[in-house]
Amino acid sequence: MEKVLFYILGAITLVSAFLVVLLRRPIQNVLFMILMMVGLAGLFILLHAEFVAMVQLVVYAGAIMVLFLFVIMLLNLDQLKMPPPEGSHVRWWAGAVIAFAVMGMIWLAFKTYLAPPAASVEQAGVSNTVVVGKALFTTYLLPFEIASVLLLAAIVGSVLLARSKS
Amino acid sequence: MLEHYLFLSAALFTLGVVGVMIRRNLIVVLMCLEMMLNAVNLSFIAFARQLGSVEGQIIVLFTMVVAACEVAVGLAIAVAVFRTRGTINVNDVNLLKW
Repeated sequence: MEKVLFYILGAITLVSAFLVVLLRRPIQNVLFMILMMVGLAGLFILLHAEFVAMVQLVVYAGAIMVLFLFVIMLLNLDQLKMPPPEGSHVRWWAGAVIAFAVMGMIWLAFKTYLAPPAASVEQAGVSNTVVVGKALFTTYLLPFEIASVLLLAAIVGSVLLARSKS
Repeated sequence: MLEHYLFLSAALFTLGVVGVMIRRNLIVVLMCLEMMLNAVNLSFIAFARQLGSVEGQIIVLFTMVVAACEVAVGLAIAVAVFRTRGTINVNDVNLLKW
């Protein structure tokens, strides 16, 4: 059952990732990106990381992708004339070669690790959110607070950047 | 099962790299960056499941924070570039290119 679900969700994720790279209209790219995020959230649930899956849905598929949509609508990109098919054949072939190289390297790196089919200890009766929350507010409290400073810096920075000069 | 997740993660990361290489629209390039971050998140979660530890999930949460910052600033840059140049094709925005 888990395998079947994995293959379905993995196929959804991969196909929509392909379409994000291949389709030419930015709106279609964003919509398939959202589909990819939802597929990934399903995979996270399969991996028993329910809290991260929900954060993925809310933050990525919700907030970040809507931000992309806003900017695309704001810049009215679809109204601009579509350029002729992007890139030359050389660039596409270079892309394919790079793809194989990167894939091979990552796979080799993973292969060196793939050893211990470890004992995945599941504490019975304790929900994933409780575990993550406890770790986040005890062991990882300092990084958590620093993350909030980083977010503040990003807010100020993006407002400054996008402000009109007049 | 771990290998399957890692393979999917590697494939997603590769697609992200290819997207950054061949797409010329700044916003789509940013989306492909997001795709790469997501691929790494997937392998973190898979390893966390395999090793029975919660650290992988914590790291993923922090990655999401950084990704949100990156997207906010990146899109602000895209808007600013569009204002000054009238295009977001990265081939036309080459002031800092050698």
